[in-house]
Amino acid sequence: MAGIESAFYDISRLDSMAGQRSLIHDLDPRIKVVATMCFIITVVSVDRYAVSHLLPFFLFPLLILAGANLPAIYFARKLLILSPLVLFIAIFNPLLDRTVMVQIGPLAVSGGWISFCSIILRFVLTVSAALLLIATTGFTGICMALERLGMPRVFAVQLLFLYRYIFVLVDEGVRMSRARALRSFSGRGLGLGVFSSLVGSLLIRTLDRAQRIHMAMLCRGFRGDIRISRPLAIGRNEFFFLAGSVLFFLLARLVNISLLLGNFFIEAVR
Amino acid sequence: MSHHIVEVRDLRYSYPDRTPALQGITFRIHHGESVAVVGANGAGKSTLLQHLNGYLSPTEGQVRVGDAPLTRETLHEVRRTVGMVFQDPDDQLFMATVGDDVAFGPLNLGLPLDEVNRRVEEALITVDALHLRDRPPYRLSGGQKRRVAIASVLSMMPDILVMDEPTAGLDPRARRQLIGLLHTFAHTKIIATHDLDLVLDLCERTIVIHQGKVKADGPTREIFANETLLAQSHLEKPLSMQGCPVCNS
Repeated sequence: MAGIESAFYDISRLDSMAGQRSLIHDLDPRIKVVATMCFIITVVSVDRYAVSHLLPFFLFPLLILAGANLPAIYFARKLLILSPLVLFIAIFNPLLDRTVMVQIGPLAVSGGWISFCSIILRFVLTVSAALLLIATTGFTGICMALERLGMPRVFAVQLLFLYRYIFVLVDEGVRMSRARALRSFSGRGLGLGVFSSLVGSLLIRTLDRAQRIHMAMLCRGFRGDIRISRPLAIGRNEFFFLAGSVLFFLLARLVNISLLLGNFFIEAVR
Repeated sequence: MSHHIVEVRDLRYSYPDRTPALQGITFRIHHGESVAVVGANGAGKSTLLQHLNGYLSPTEGQVRVGDAPLTRETLHEVRRTVGMVFQDPDDQLFMATVGDDVAFGPLNLGLPLDEVNRRVEEALITVDALHLRDRPPYRLSGGQKRRVAIASVLSMMPDILVMDEPTAGLDPRARRQLIGLLHTFAHTKIIATHDLDLVLDLCERTIVIHQGKVKADGPTREIFANETLLAQSHLEKPLSMQGCPVCNS
């Protein structure tokens, strides 16, 4: 249980990072959301065998990391924690796709291994971009941006509440499960029957809480929509950030920059 | 509304399963008064409070706030006038940051942004929590949460403050600070609590509720001096009015 607990409290660390100030933090949330979405789409659209094609894309998360003054180690650890999930998915590629694509001396590299690398790279790129978006914008900022960009308001509000109450809910769940563990002996009391009644009462508690929260909202003049006071403005910085990053994504997607650079070096050496 | 009067006339309420909760409650609270509502668990205190801001509507009887009865038409005005502080601050602080939460009420009132910001700042300064503005509520301590919950109500500039168990779950020092804070408010205050020492400190008048009825209503000191009344209502003399346990004086 301690694992789940600490994992959840760790989320709040991302949030406190979002409270800092820097060139990247101060950009309009909408711009960051759009840029991150463009980034993820272009990265995902790269051909599955084109590993070298993906490498220039690392410039984007690295620049944000540097520009926003965030601890790289923290994000590396987050990626490492998530990596087993992706490894599990990607590991089937080398087993299923055995056509030899590259021959390096005696070593024959199959297409499966290349696409395996490509999946891992894409995972690192997209997940780190998403984590950096949260760490530079904050969850509230992202919800607001999504709403302004046309996501139905109901979803934005739902997301906000989910984020606010997931901690309360987990806390309550952890307390209940601890109470059960303390009164179960040698495996008795830990069965599915008890578990289902535990979940049932968690549901009832949640409904009760929802009702109280609704009352609290009504008390403060809630009439159906949530307003958040944060003036958004798109200025010159925002324009350059978005234009620059989108141009870079296009360039990196259309031209294999690593290949060009490699050829250039070989030419230069000759 | 110049007169911050809260009046309850023969209020009766039964839960949807027909369990009677309130069985004819009548009282009148005047401008600037500070009144405690005390009673055993399940006596109907919370149910009563939920009528004061129109969350529950009475089966019979009437609630009047200011000079008007509480009806559908006056509901929004009443909710602005009556600021309600909940027992569990986690229920009350539902936004992602403290600042957003305190701004929630004023934004719903449709105030311009700079006015909202001014009010948020003022309210947070009043409860000494301005430094918590950008923090998410789940990372606050119990005392901080309580103070922010009060700020989230103050930002709407209510005339009447209604509080449900304001000192529940606070450590002695946070409790003392809260009492000090409440002393500085000029609002009409209605406080439901089991903390009778708090009542002695803050409220000159006490209403004792027992089984959905008003059992006694009068000056706090008189009520707490009446031991038979307290025993009948499952209450106990506040510690500060009991003799010294060491020297029995």
